[in-house]
Amino acid sequence: MSLSTLFDEIKDPKNRPDPYPLYARLAGHPVVRQEDGTYLVSSHAAIRALLFDPRISSADLPPAKSPPTGNPFKDWILQPIKDEIVSRHRPLIFRDPPDHDALRRIVMTQFTISRVNAMKARAEAHLGELLDKRCGAREICVVEDIAYPLPVTIICEMLGVPREDEPTFQGWATQLATALEPDARHDEETQGQTRATFDAISAYMKVLIKEKRRHPQDDMLSGLAAGTEAGAMGEFDLIATSILLLVAGHETTVNLIANGMLTLLRHPHELERLRQDAERAPRLVEEILRYEPPVHFRTRKALADIAIAGEVIPEGAPVVLLFAAANRDPARFAEPRRFDPDRPDNQHFSFGGSLHYCLGAPLARIEGEIALVTLARRLIDPRLVDDPPPYREGASLRGPKTLRLSVDRIA
Amino acid sequence: MRVVVDLNRCQAYAQCCYAAPESFELRGAEILVYDPAPTPEHRGRIERAVQACPVRAISVEFDDTIGTAS
Amino acid sequence: MSERIVVVGASLAGLRGAEAIRLAGHAGPLTLVGDEPHAPYDRPSLSKHVIAGEFGAGATTLPNLVALDAEWRLGQAAVGLDAVKREIVLSGGEQLEYDRLLITTGARARSWHEPLEAALTGVFTLRGRDDAEALRGALARKPERVLIIGGGFIGCEAASVCRDLGLAVTMVDPGPAPLARILGISVSGFLRERMERAGVEIRPNAKVRSLTGEAGRVTGAILEDGAEVSAEIILVALGAIPNTDWLDGSGLAREKGALVCDSHCRVRDESGFIHAEIRAAGDVAAFPHPLYDDGLTRLEHWGNAVAQGAYAGRALVKGDDGPAFSELPTFWSNQFGLTIKLAGLTKGADSLAFVQGSLKDGRFIAAYGHEGRTIAALSFDCARWLPAYAAAIEARAPFPPITGAVDQLTRLGPIDPAWPVAQG
Repeated sequence: MSLSTLFDEIKDPKNRPDPYPLYARLAGHPVVRQEDGTYLVSSHAAIRALLFDPRISSADLPPAKSPPTGNPFKDWILQPIKDEIVSRHRPLIFRDPPDHDALRRIVMTQFTISRVNAMKARAEAHLGELLDKRCGAREICVVEDIAYPLPVTIICEMLGVPREDEPTFQGWATQLATALEPDARHDEETQGQTRATFDAISAYMKVLIKEKRRHPQDDMLSGLAAGTEAGAMGEFDLIATSILLLVAGHETTVNLIANGMLTLLRHPHELERLRQDAERAPRLVEEILRYEPPVHFRTRKALADIAIAGEVIPEGAPVVLLFAAANRDPARFAEPRRFDPDRPDNQHFSFGGSLHYCLGAPLARIEGEIALVTLARRLIDPRLVDDPPPYREGASLRGPKTLRLSVDRIA
Repeated sequence: MRVVVDLNRCQAYAQCCYAAPESFELRGAEILVYDPAPTPEHRGRIERAVQACPVRAISVEFDDTIGTAS
Repeated sequence: MSERIVVVGASLAGLRGAEAIRLAGHAGPLTLVGDEPHAPYDRPSLSKHVIAGEFGAGATTLPNLVALDAEWRLGQAAVGLDAVKREIVLSGGEQLEYDRLLITTGARARSWHEPLEAALTGVFTLRGRDDAEALRGALARKPERVLIIGGGFIGCEAASVCRDLGLAVTMVDPGPAPLARILGISVSGFLRERMERAGVEIRPNAKVRSLTGEAGRVTGAILEDGAEVSAEIILVALGAIPNTDWLDGSGLAREKGALVCDSHCRVRDESGFIHAEIRAAGDVAAFPHPLYDDGLTRLEHWGNAVAQGAYAGRALVKGDDGPAFSELPTFWSNQFGLTIKLAGLTKGADSLAFVQGSLKDGRFIAAYGHEGRTIAALSFDCARWLPAYAAAIEARAPFPPITGAVDQLTRLGPIDPAWPVAQG
């Protein structure tokens, strides 16, 4: 099989349980052109160079008034609100500076350290409740019972979504996250559902924002709605940003927790060490991020011809930054296939880098740490029911669909 | 404890500020201010900051006994 | 018997050098000699948080990153070197034999040229932690006005702190705008406006003729045009001089006071002989940088002390098989709410382009070119774009280096960096 169709193999769901041998085939080929003109970038050095290269654009949406593209995320955004508005109010993950920077600065004024760190207690309490609910059970699904519910609760709390609306948000988050996948199903039915979800959440946010303006509280949405010292966002940017925070912080965190637990169960010694010493958690989380990243790749676009690693990526070409491959680049990491939380200088790309570095990273770390520590303590003698577990279809947002464990009991 | 940050490498991601807000602070867009001599009770949070830095710019020495005059 | 390695100069370059010596496998005796009584400490914060009183100078002690198992001779300056007998003389008269030697004695602040005026109470230089501690104490007493002589980085950072403390500041700058010699007037004019908006009174193109005093205390200065500035505190920030006086008579070659090194940090003596057993690194060393062909380069950068210290330490143990020292010069400064970062060296630049952002936004990358090649890039609050330009400089990319980028004007229209006319 030629490297020029490797991305198709990576996207093939049958390779979801273990895509790493495919990435390993890219060793010595840091930049590879695919038959369709996409460029696959896999080495740590090349990805770092491109992340910081201002000729790499994140603005991957077509100009306004374009027909449906078949890409659900584009259509999800493009269809429900009028083209003209949307083209000027894309979520910041799909925008370049200076707009991206201005929006991000505004969001950051509300993503405050105290607000984020206040989520520790909230996450602990919520995890406690989730596990209490399963008390007495001999089997637990880490994805369904723990990892799925947690991030939505946290992001709702951060934004200031009333608790009684959380279940509704839960459903929306699930629906929209599946739409983020470049290779997700985009049949009529799925597209229809996605559009309906987007309309529903937009309408909901619009009302909520109005409410926050009238009765501001100590939450992100109130802060953003009131305007910040870094400027104010318009209504559409506010809606787009809120939805982005919900979607981007959801499935990624699910994957972090599920991949983390799976990895620990495959390395029981580390699970035991964590049970005994919660201070291991920060190192464990970073190594899990490197070893089994929640996001395997992101696609960008070249704004000019870019010479890199002996290739020239032509202007306009889609560029796939294979973070998961770079995280196991033998030129950067000693024994990259070994899970080693004590590895020094663990500079992974699991939160991306440069201007678009994951805004929610501190929150993800908190949720990941607390979830793993809590699970390590409360699940008594956990064992994997299926190894490998079944995976969701997504190749970029890669993670187990379910992660069933049999346990002696839940403490 | 002794801490030094390579501010050539630092790109103001502020991950250390979330991890150890008592010891790291971002001022303006990109000015990182940090406590170079945090007390031992901050150890866990400093360790988080070291681990969380996307550019691995933070170096720490936990043992204070080295470097004194003989 | 295993070889004895001595490191003279116990600051950043010496410490990182000593660590590299151990990492390279040297298991024998290792001695660090430092003229100050302090363990190695970090200087960049001295002109910022220490003089601002945010933390004490004692907090700046540097972390050891490697267990050194070294003998420390602190508070004992090296006063002489016999390169033939391989012997160092310490200030107490003691002789220290070495088999290999790393010289990292750094630089000292250039003091006011008139000793009697320099000795007035209230006249400061800022280089070491004791200097910083003294200046901090003086600033904490809320002087009516602080006069800063010199418009370099130390002067600018100190001016920034003084304004943060609410103190009146006058800066007498021999150039047309602060940092003009390093950044060119096209950029430093922007900085000057920002400083003036922050309340710094700048006297451009001006020099101090003499300091005035009363009863042993400084009262101000008289400028060359006869103007008088009264000030209770005067900070002399006129740059630094390499610490090589102790090498007088050693036969080692010096250029503008700096030790002359080859591309592998080996020092040369006056007859041109290369001493492979003596390396130098940091502020004290002048060396040929492969990217900057025009003579020797001497850097007073934190990053260079780290990189060159580590390089020289390793090379001292391992020999000369490795590639030449070629670390791209980089540094940062924080002042007036800005982070200024420079990659490469601007010296000799004949063109300048604002490649991302703009002066108007107050955030930008400016690239410097020399004869069609990119030689430096400057970031004002745009640190995340700088690595791409640093890579371009290392690749000797054409100027302007990166076109078609986001947040970039379609026509870059390189301009003149506008270097100030050479000062006497």
